[in-house]
Amino acid sequence: MQKNESSISFLEKQFQEKINNDIKIEPKDWMPEAYRNNLIRQMSQHAHSEIIGMQPEGNWVLRAPTLRAKKILLAKIQDEAGHGLYLYSATETLGIDRKEMIEQLQQGKAKYSSIFNYPTLNWADIGAVGWLVDGAAIVNQTMLARGSYGPYSRAMLRICKEEGFHQRQGYEIMAKMMAGNASQKEMAQDSLNRWWEPSLMMFGPHDSESTHSEQSMKWKIKVESNDNLRQRFINKTVDQAHHIGLTIPDKNLTYNKETRNWEISPINWEEFWNVVKGNGPCNRQRIAHHTKYHNEGQWVREAALVFAKKEMEIQ
Amino acid sequence: MDNQFSQWEVFIQKKNGAAHEHAGSVHAADKNMALQNARDVYTRRNEGRSIWVVPTDSIVASTIEDEVVFFDPANDKIYRNPNFYKMPKGTTNL
Amino acid sequence: MNSTNNALYNYCLRLADNNLILGQRLAEWCSQGPTLEEDLALTNISLDLIGQAESFYEFATTFTEANCTADDLAFLRSEREFVNNVLVEQPNGDFAYTIMKQFLFSTFAKHLYTALANSSNQTICGLATKGLKEVNYHYMHSSQWLIRLGNGTDKSKEKIQFAANDLWCFTKDMFEMNSVDTLLIEQNITINLSTIYTPWKNDIEQVFKIATIDLPTDTNKIIGGIKGIHTEHLGHILCEMQYLQRAHPGAKW
Repeated sequence: MQKNESSISFLEKQFQEKINNDIKIEPKDWMPEAYRNNLIRQMSQHAHSEIIGMQPEGNWVLRAPTLRAKKILLAKIQDEAGHGLYLYSATETLGIDRKEMIEQLQQGKAKYSSIFNYPTLNWADIGAVGWLVDGAAIVNQTMLARGSYGPYSRAMLRICKEEGFHQRQGYEIMAKMMAGNASQKEMAQDSLNRWWEPSLMMFGPHDSESTHSEQSMKWKIKVESNDNLRQRFINKTVDQAHHIGLTIPDKNLTYNKETRNWEISPINWEEFWNVVKGNGPCNRQRIAHHTKYHNEGQWVREAALVFAKKEMEIQ
Repeated sequence: MDNQFSQWEVFIQKKNGAAHEHAGSVHAADKNMALQNARDVYTRRNEGRSIWVVPTDSIVASTIEDEVVFFDPANDKIYRNPNFYKMPKGTTNL
Repeated sequence: MNSTNNALYNYCLRLADNNLILGQRLAEWCSQGPTLEEDLALTNISLDLIGQAESFYEFATTFTEANCTADDLAFLRSEREFVNNVLVEQPNGDFAYTIMKQFLFSTFAKHLYTALANSSNQTICGLATKGLKEVNYHYMHSSQWLIRLGNGTDKSKEKIQFAANDLWCFTKDMFEMNSVDTLLIEQNITINLSTIYTPWKNDIEQVFKIATIDLPTDTNKIIGGIKGIHTEHLGHILCEMQYLQRAHPGAKW
């Protein structure tokens, strides 16, 4: 075949046919550069979200109120680290290494989910993070597991399986607090009030505003629209909230019998973009934390490498 | 200059007698670290009884361009399949 | 409570408190590890230790009033009532310091649990046997890091040697005994801790040798953990750990 324009367009056509026929794309397969870059952007952002997400939860690990709660929270945060790791590995198959991704995160070139730029202020926030944030993530990740890139889809399957307990433990915390004393109930409601809208924003801008959506859908990097996923999440969550006596902090919340959807007030997108741009309550803190401990680990990594080299020489 | 160690592929045997299956990868500076990292990352839910780790660099893979040349020749060798053979009626234990 | 039960109660608290406080210290590493993989490894050890603490507290509650739970013992006793060894409550310092602390303790726990696996008390025997598997892994993990850091760069060698020197004075506390031990030794429930001092030290010397770490010469000893006499660090650990239980008495979580 000639290496000319037509051969590229031929490859692109072949590639799109594979996608249309639900054949997974594997690392060594030909892929358009834009597909590769789009995936690197999305997957590394996903990996960074897992890693940065450890911080707001880690904020309570030393203060967990029971031994059981401490073990659960530790195991959950550990899973986040593991999931970040799986995702970094999957992204590495696209030809970028972890070192570079970490640099991009610390330099602000790569993003992570804005939800983690909000602070965890009381113990119920650990419940809300599990119930709402992981709940939203599961809706999203179940969709991503059907995506076109093999390594990403496989990582998602494994992650979805392991995260089965994350949302349940969060809801359990909320349920226990709603069954508890007055100040526990107050904490739970306060927590929902603060996390509700940010969790809706996790699905990203409306379909009409989303810059990457159309191409991502065509390539099956995403297989459902932001608004569809958000609605599914709202419907599930509203019922769960009511079930334990929580009030959704939205005066306009109404049930539409025809569509069987819970309808909400317009989302405050100004707030969303403001946080994405780096002006959320914890943006700087999260990156400063990551950078600080990354730098503090530098001498350890250096020592391990020097040791490994010496070992190799002995052999 | 930062480093994140080199990458290793992890293979886990779930049960006695089963094959080691690819689980994912870890980063590590040396063999012991790779084994322990694999244990901590991939067997927290009691998924393993034995682990192999292999430097990712050491894996040689065929490419998708090889697919036709490598594998198509095998798809018409139906005599490798037991059902290819016609047995006389009434034959048992075969 | 008869005197044996009282002694058993006290002894279980010691084992549980050691595990809980060290587990809590390790949990501080969450999202702060030198690599992502090591973050998972340290959390794994922390989870093992907190699990062991919970089991020993649960056994301890069988010797108390009916309503007392493992959580009550962990979250509602004050620093003078905690009977952990002073080593485990020491701050984490840097990675070398944490690994050294872990190694000194895991080596001790390895020998203690090996002995307790022959305890005449079935529960102690069972918990020690189960715990030993975990502790052996902790020993392996920490000793390998010791060897890496000792044979790594000048900086890592300096840090790991500093950790050894600095923590040495707290190690004697692990071998302290009182009337609780006397009573339980008589009934073959536990052992005379002086019998595991030499095996402990032999292991330390052996690994230090491979790691090219000099055995500290510090003869100072800071002891008192089993009498509830601690360093100032413990109070702060408990402040943080017990905050919710103390702020909301009687609440269920």
